[in-house]
Amino acid sequence: MRTICLYFQIHQPFRLKRYRFFNIGNDHYYYDDYMNESIMRKVADRSYLIANKVLRQIIKEYGSQFKVAFSISGIALDQFELYAPDVLESFQKLAKTGSVEFLAETYSHSLVALKDKNEFARQVDEHRQKIKLYFDHEPTVFRNTELVYSDNIGADVADMGFSAILTEGAKHVLGWKSPNYMYCNALNPRLKVLLRNFRLSDDIAFRFSNQAWSEFPLTAEKFVTWLNRMDKKEETANIFIDYETFGEHQWLESGIFDFLKALPGAVFRNSKFTFATPGELVQQLQPISSISVPYPISWADEERDLTAWLGNDLQKDAFNRLYSLTDKVSRCADPRLRKDWKYLQSSDHLYYMSTKFFSDGEIHAYFNPYESPYDAYINFMNVLSDFTIRLNALVPETNTDQEIVNLSKVIDEKQELIRKYEVELKRLRSSKAKITSVRAVKSSAKKTDKPAGAKKNVKKTLKETKRGPVKKVTVKNVKKTTRVKKNK
Amino acid sequence: MRVLMFGWEFPPHISGGLGTACYGLTKGLHQIGGVDVLFVVPKAYGDEDQSRLSLIDAGEVTVSSRMVDYKGFFKRIHFIEVGSSIIPYTTPEEYEKMMSKDVKGNRFFVNTAFSGKLSFAGGYGPNLFQEIANYAAIASVIGVSHDFDVIHAHDWLTYPAGIAAKMVSGKPLIVHVHATDFDRSGGSVNPGVFDIEKRGMEHADRVIAVSNLTRNIIIEKYGIDPDKVVTVHNAVEPLENREMLKREKSINDKIVTFLGRVTMQKGPEYFVEAAHLVLQKMKDVRFVMAGSGDMLKHIIHRVSALRIGDRFHFTGFLKGEDVFQMYSLSDVYVMPSVSEPFGISPLEAMQSNVPVIISRQSGVSEILEHAIKVDFWDIHAMADAIYGILQYNGLSSMLRNNVKEEVDNLKWDNAALKVKEVYNSVL
Repeated sequence: MRTICLYFQIHQPFRLKRYRFFNIGNDHYYYDDYMNESIMRKVADRSYLIANKVLRQIIKEYGSQFKVAFSISGIALDQFELYAPDVLESFQKLAKTGSVEFLAETYSHSLVALKDKNEFARQVDEHRQKIKLYFDHEPTVFRNTELVYSDNIGADVADMGFSAILTEGAKHVLGWKSPNYMYCNALNPRLKVLLRNFRLSDDIAFRFSNQAWSEFPLTAEKFVTWLNRMDKKEETANIFIDYETFGEHQWLESGIFDFLKALPGAVFRNSKFTFATPGELVQQLQPISSISVPYPISWADEERDLTAWLGNDLQKDAFNRLYSLTDKVSRCADPRLRKDWKYLQSSDHLYYMSTKFFSDGEIHAYFNPYESPYDAYINFMNVLSDFTIRLNALVPETNTDQEIVNLSKVIDEKQELIRKYEVELKRLRSSKAKITSVRAVKSSAKKTDKPAGAKKNVKKTLKETKRGPVKKVTVKNVKKTTRVKKNK
Repeated sequence: MRVLMFGWEFPPHISGGLGTACYGLTKGLHQIGGVDVLFVVPKAYGDEDQSRLSLIDAGEVTVSSRMVDYKGFFKRIHFIEVGSSIIPYTTPEEYEKMMSKDVKGNRFFVNTAFSGKLSFAGGYGPNLFQEIANYAAIASVIGVSHDFDVIHAHDWLTYPAGIAAKMVSGKPLIVHVHATDFDRSGGSVNPGVFDIEKRGMEHADRVIAVSNLTRNIIIEKYGIDPDKVVTVHNAVEPLENREMLKREKSINDKIVTFLGRVTMQKGPEYFVEAAHLVLQKMKDVRFVMAGSGDMLKHIIHRVSALRIGDRFHFTGFLKGEDVFQMYSLSDVYVMPSVSEPFGISPLEAMQSNVPVIISRQSGVSEILEHAIKVDFWDIHAMADAIYGILQYNGLSSMLRNNVKEEVDNLKWDNAALKVKEVYNSVL
């Protein structure tokens, strides 16, 4: 039995607004709401909603025969909440059909896996909770941001309890091997590795509407003949693509939705392939061998490596500066700060700084709010500077910061003391008033003269007993010091 | 292939960017081979070698012909100098200097900087145009007496000469537009100059523009057929032994530099405003305005009004080695030009490994990748870019690592190849 594994990725970052250096320290809101909302609305209307409708129809027609998997980043879910609740609802409807599996990923669509294991686990956990909340689904399969994978990342993911991970069937990793089998991690064989068949995937994702392509136009029937041409022993065709392929990268007019609509029918009619989700593949298949990926790979660009995000000095500097804050952020509970921390980690911010943009522009320019990588870097670093200032205020680190915090603590304590004294002073004053009034009453009863003198006396005694002497001493000291100064 | 090239100045008497560009292009054409250049320049210095040969037909006007050996050329280039009373200059200082040299006879000082606005002193106007016409008359003589395949004329002063040579020889004419009067004048175009420019472009078989920006002006403002106008970006001569010229920095403060004529066209006021914004956030930075011009007083007033005089310095006009020393001291170079047909100075800064911020309204921004580009009027973006380069090491190191390589790849050979293609297209 051979299977097609369809998996769609959904992510939209919170794009930053134009944040000049004058804003540092003054303005703590970093996002371009207008741009984020309009892009989200546009993609929702042109892609997500239509594609979801098509999938619902397919599931209605074929029932549990048809299977599909999604991973929706936590940030995309946040944006659905804000700008496109209808999309969220339509995914919930899909989830209820039982034909859909949701995969886990990092909440922020971040590259934290390359940097910090604890933070990585924390973000994955946060995403898991979010998926559970919206779709009542416990993800068992993991896919990392942009399918970034290495042996070490795989081992970390296995420690988090996942049964499988998705990644790119990169040529330089596979060599002569085929992506159409299930593999396992080289360090921890319990973690299964599913590899993307980039030829079949990119036929849909990139080449579908390319009229210069020799196979244009691509129909569902033609696609199935390609599936049938696969070696008989090969077990699975993993089609992993961006969900925006439908309607956004490939426009409605190109017939991409018709292709999607026709695909299951063509598969069932003309081939022996069935559909399965990654979770089901793990149950059905046996890993054929382990696969060794010592250096991280991804599904981006020709090189299938990290150079789209960490290819130049700008990106490396921004990336390292950002993650140098990890420890501090973990000691901070401020909800707004933590939210910004999540949104700033989106790999997209690094992607915009890519200088491959110069040569390999088209894909990099997609939804890119910046005119040049330098622009992107300056803007991000300005935001990060403000973020760092806020973080330092909440979690002091350097000596000066610590000193400031200590001194403000001392001031607070003194304030408290002064307040106490004031209360006491008030109390004493009122009791003094009472005493005088009582005495006045007494004296007026005994003698009618000298009421004022009596008052004065009372005042004097009160002063001496409580505050008077202390004050005198300090005044004397001050006088002494001034005299000494004069002498000098 | 032989090219009859009409220039305005040529080494050793270089006064402006035009001479540098002509020199670079001629050198490039020699290096790619297959092109012989016959260079014609007006000459008014009198300190050169006096072996003139008189031309019978043109009466008073003399023409000298000599072979000059330039460093870097494979062979000598044929060099024709035409006696003329037009003296090219680029800067007010230079003008002063030359005036005081007691130049004999009727001499006309013509600003040859790409963007020097032509101003006529007293009643010299008609005579200048007369001189240009004389130059054209000589051109027609040369056109008959020499053998060549293509005529190539640089900037408006030589267009009539180019046309005349075309008339007598019937050979194709190419005019090379380094600047138009729209760039020089900031909108108030001199009708006489405009007329000469337009006629030159109309008579030309091909028009070469130094940038797409200039190409658009030629098409839109002069009404020239777009198919006739080709963009060939300028290049820059590689630096030699500039290490010698490096000066040690004596202060720890970062230095942000503006270098160029202080005129409306160069946008110096935007540099001041951006400096003011940066100084509100940063203390250890100094701004330098190197150059002089008719807006300098205004700029000094503005600097004092903003109370940033302690951090904003004026060097006056810099020349030769001083320019390169200034670059070597700079952490950022800013060119906020309002309108710049090409703009060679950021390339020179990049040769000294200095990160540059350039205005989008410059031709050079069309070819540079490792430069930060801002609109000249967007002082906030400019200030932000300055701050970014000074504050974030990732940015400055990235730029420093890339600018030199990028600028070294802008070779005159490549520009010359494109020019040769243009020659071939009209033959």
